[in-house]
Amino acid sequence: MTTGFVLDLASWVLMIVGGAFVFIGGLGALRMPDFYTRLHAASLTDTLGTISLLFGVILQAGLSLAAVKLAAILIFLMLTGPTAGYALANAARLGGLEPSPKNQGEEAQ
Amino acid sequence: MITLFGVFLLTLLMITAFGIVRAQNLFAAVMLTGIFSLQMAAIFFILDAADVALTEAAVGAGVATVLMLGALALTKDKERPPARRRWLQITVVVATTLLVIYATFDMPRLGDPLAPVHQHVAPWYLSETTRLIDIPNVVTAILASFRGYDTLGELFVILTAGIGVLFILANGSSKNVRPTGPVAESAGLRHHLVPRVVGRLLIPFLVLFGLYVQFHGEYGPGGGFQAGALVSAGFILYALIEGEKAALRVLSFRVLAGMISAGAFLYIAVGLAGIARGGKFLDYSVLLNDPIAGQHLGIILIELGVGLTVTGVLLTIFHAFAARGQKS
Repeated sequence: MTTGFVLDLASWVLMIVGGAFVFIGGLGALRMPDFYTRLHAASLTDTLGTISLLFGVILQAGLSLAAVKLAAILIFLMLTGPTAGYALANAARLGGLEPSPKNQGEEAQ
Repeated sequence: MITLFGVFLLTLLMITAFGIVRAQNLFAAVMLTGIFSLQMAAIFFILDAADVALTEAAVGAGVATVLMLGALALTKDKERPPARRRWLQITVVVATTLLVIYATFDMPRLGDPLAPVHQHVAPWYLSETTRLIDIPNVVTAILASFRGYDTLGELFVILTAGIGVLFILANGSSKNVRPTGPVAESAGLRHHLVPRVVGRLLIPFLVLFGLYVQFHGEYGPGGGFQAGALVSAGFILYALIEGEKAALRVLSFRVLAGMISAGAFLYIAVGLAGIARGGKFLDYSVLLNDPIAGQHLGIILIELGVGLTVTGVLLTIFHAFAARGQKS
């Protein structure tokens, strides 16, 4: 078990996990019942999905300029993704969109 | 692999295009055009056209979407349903499509070295750029020096477009304008903490990256057009967060108008300086005693002119839309 193999394994696990999050997020955005739950699913692709994918790619890049650039993209996405999700949800709330009553009932139970 | 990726992206592009045509909600259509531009940028990038991809991403997906949203705030956001079947339009579209498909049969294969486009002047540009201009990015060399006249024309197209938008929007009567809209609130997002903090954090980096693209255009992808779009995106973000008035305090209409004309003036001045130094219009080799240093100086100056004008025009158009929403 060399370090290279461990790094490779870790990067592949991260990339597969990231891909899985992106897939789940896409599925949720299509199948969830109302806007807020869909947004919840979609924000998963923005944050967990891309972040694990980029971490995996950084491990592949090793210590190089490409890794620094990817890290910069990562920080940028960590800042903007959740902000965009918050702004969308907030705009919907201000616009008067209520969560669908069916879901509220489920939460209450 | 690249082919597979290209086919995948082009398929997505088709789906997005159909989505834009089918969307009745204009807000969704505007968002889809932004996605369309982003996919176009990815396609340009895998075709190794990094400069074009950067432009498409910055202008098409970024600034154009914001401008269209600004326009949307002035109108209704639902498409008016067609009164009847538009047979004439459908016929024209189908005929054009068939014609274009027929024309593709004569196109050379992708990347074919014997294609006419690679046989005409491209080899000359590639071989002579190192000798005459000595910068790594041949695209910038062609755009700014070899075909400086074309770029001057493009700059004046942008200038004319900006002036045209100002004529239509800035001094028009405020009748027929809907009073509300997101742009109409001059307070911006001042009361929303999260977007405000994150946005303020990002603006300096956005502008810095714009300046990097501006002055690094000779060595990597970039140049005045892309930089102008990036810098104006930073200022538009500032206007969205802090409100129109705060943004106009930083760069007022007067300053913007100055930037627009100064950029075009700088470009022409460089051209005239070439004549004054005994060369031809837009011939940078005579600007300094060393022809290659002269080329470098000329390219930096005209790229600066392009960047100034593009920033000014984009911001002016944005403010014109926003002010129009506020007036009533």
